[in-house]
Amino acid sequence: MMLDVKAGDDQSFELLLRKYRSPLVNFLYRMVRDTAVAEDLAQEVFLRVYRARQEYAPSAKFTTWMFRIATNLALNSVRDNRHRQMGISMDQTVDSGESEQPALEVPDRAPSVEQELVARCRAEMILKAIHALPEKQRAAVLLHKYHELDYDEIARVLECSESALKSFLFRAYETLRVELAPLVSPTVRVDRVPVQRGEQPS
Amino acid sequence: MFGKEKSSVKRCAALERKLVEYLDGHARPADRHAVEEHLSGCASCRLRAEEFRALWTALDDLPEVSPSPAFDAMLRARIAAEPARRSFWDWLPSPRLAFAVTALVVMSAWLSSVPRVTTNPTVVSQASQASEVSPESDFGMIRDLPVLENFDVVSKFDALSELPVTQGRPTGEGVKESR
Repeated sequence: MMLDVKAGDDQSFELLLRKYRSPLVNFLYRMVRDTAVAEDLAQEVFLRVYRARQEYAPSAKFTTWMFRIATNLALNSVRDNRHRQMGISMDQTVDSGESEQPALEVPDRAPSVEQELVARCRAEMILKAIHALPEKQRAAVLLHKYHELDYDEIARVLECSESALKSFLFRAYETLRVELAPLVSPTVRVDRVPVQRGEQPS
Repeated sequence: MFGKEKSSVKRCAALERKLVEYLDGHARPADRHAVEEHLSGCASCRLRAEEFRALWTALDDLPEVSPSPAFDAMLRARIAAEPARRSFWDWLPSPRLAFAVTALVVMSAWLSSVPRVTTNPTVVSQASQASEVSPESDFGMIRDLPVLENFDVVSKFDALSELPVTQGRPTGEGVKESR
């Protein structure tokens, strides 16, 4: 489809937009936890794809290329936001995602208020835990779990080896396992803190 | 016993890179076998594997977000605002003009490489006269060249009479005359 866009077919670009708009916005929202920023970044991704259409060469899958652009933009945004927050106040803790309530896609069967509240709490907890991960681990988890990219593709997106990627994923899931212990299983032992290299286990 | 514990920790650490791949079904047969063998003998890693599976189920609860209704329109506006990109060839109005320009450049390069012909009128006239002179008169001119080295002869040329007279002008003595 991207080759058709390269040939000047605007209809194909519209098809690309429809196919990847939602996954891209979701990935970016889960990276930056701000819907406005996520949509702005997603538009920037499509804009860069459009600008580079003449030079596009199918040496890698389109999704790899697209998510690489998206990941780089997200990482830059997170780092810029962190610097901005540090400039605002060293004492104040700012969580830009909590006030943003994105439109959730609810199933056809209308949930009760209680169920909806529980669902929102779980979602918020998961999102917070994912957002607490280091940026590269966060991107690795999102691409692996929610976008089902191959290890090879994710490694290209994150510009690391497959071996390093698998270590990222293991450490990320280990951290999430502890953070989301109440959701995972009531019997999960929370004293099993992930051990970083060189550290002594607590 | 310490050695046994150390090797056990090493095997658990080696599982790190293989566990996720094993759980999502992408492990190679050799790795899958190695992981299963380790899990069958290590309760700690077996529990971890079960908890990873439960975690992935919980992560499925994260709902998807929808792009806003204005997303497409805003993107189209940004694309429309992009400056039009023109390539080098777009500046040429037609292929014929391009060919003409190329031919002109090639011709100029060829002409600049051709050696220059002198444009001195005296030389030209002499050259044209020389072209009319016979071989006998050619020899005569060469034979008479020593005359031109004789100051007395040269000084009688009209054009030279306009030149200022200087001190110590040679009188002709000592000038060879070879005929």
